[in-house]
Amino acid sequence: MKELSLHILDIIQNSIAAGAALIQLDLTEDSNSDLLMFRITDNGCGMPPEMVRQVMDPFTTSRKTRKVGLGIPLLKAAAEHTGGGICISSEPGRGTVLEARFGYSHIDRQPLGNMAETMLGLVTGYDSIDFVYHHKVNEKEFTMDTREIKSILGEVSLKEPEVMLWLSDFLKENEAALYGEEMNTRKE
Amino acid sequence: MKSLADLEAIRKKTLDQVILRKDSEGTRIVVGMATCGIAAGARPVMNAFMEEIAKRGLEHVTITQTGCIGMCRLEPIVEVFVPGKEKVTYVKMSPEKAVRVVNEHIVNGNPVAEYTIGAAE
Repeated sequence: MKELSLHILDIIQNSIAAGAALIQLDLTEDSNSDLLMFRITDNGCGMPPEMVRQVMDPFTTSRKTRKVGLGIPLLKAAAEHTGGGICISSEPGRGTVLEARFGYSHIDRQPLGNMAETMLGLVTGYDSIDFVYHHKVNEKEFTMDTREIKSILGEVSLKEPEVMLWLSDFLKENEAALYGEEMNTRKE
Repeated sequence: MKSLADLEAIRKKTLDQVILRKDSEGTRIVVGMATCGIAAGARPVMNAFMEEIAKRGLEHVTITQTGCIGMCRLEPIVEVFVPGKEKVTYVKMSPEKAVRVVNEHIVNGNPVAEYTIGAAE
């Protein structure tokens, strides 16, 4: 994976496979404590303790096409290369929390990459699931809660072309603003 | 900057169209989004499909995601299901190829033979 945002997209697929109805992503970049941290909290089926221990092993996977699963081992390696790590806590029937920590200024830390694209893919690809996305960069914050968006839209789907274009711009502009960049996308 | 306030206007604008086409069956584009697909570049491919479909206002087309189908070396893989036609599987996709697939296959009904799995094997 070239970007952390791709790892995030990949790991959230696990929450989706676990049947989660609500997935929260908290992402924090903090220069003072030299930390990049993200936490994915879902209310999916959860895992028993022995499964939690096994998921770090590449030869554990829930998929049936073959016997290896690389998502979590790849993320773990990426985090550990920067002096960080990952931790997973889970409870069957309640859900799973995965937290990953990276050394913010570490030379081996992958760039965060395009979070707008990651969130757009998730939100429009799985419109029956609710996502709460919170991204904090030092003092600046951005939150998107799809429950709020859906309540405004009513029976209009997130997959409507007009809505997708709006969402794409909404995410791009707000992400750029976190880094103090002005960005003007499409006009109305 | 875009804000939630814009959404109400979009809702009003699209509501009539939504009711009109409630039960028609449309074209489905399925993008492989497992670890292998994502690492090979599936995310920009999906985004390109989304943008192109939204820009052209193709309202009978939906994009969905799926897991690994066991041919990781050919990722990013995209399957296109047009009602009444056989499924077409595209392999080693890129955002540029996605735009061409929308224009030639989805809009004009001619699958892009050179991107299909049959041409790659």
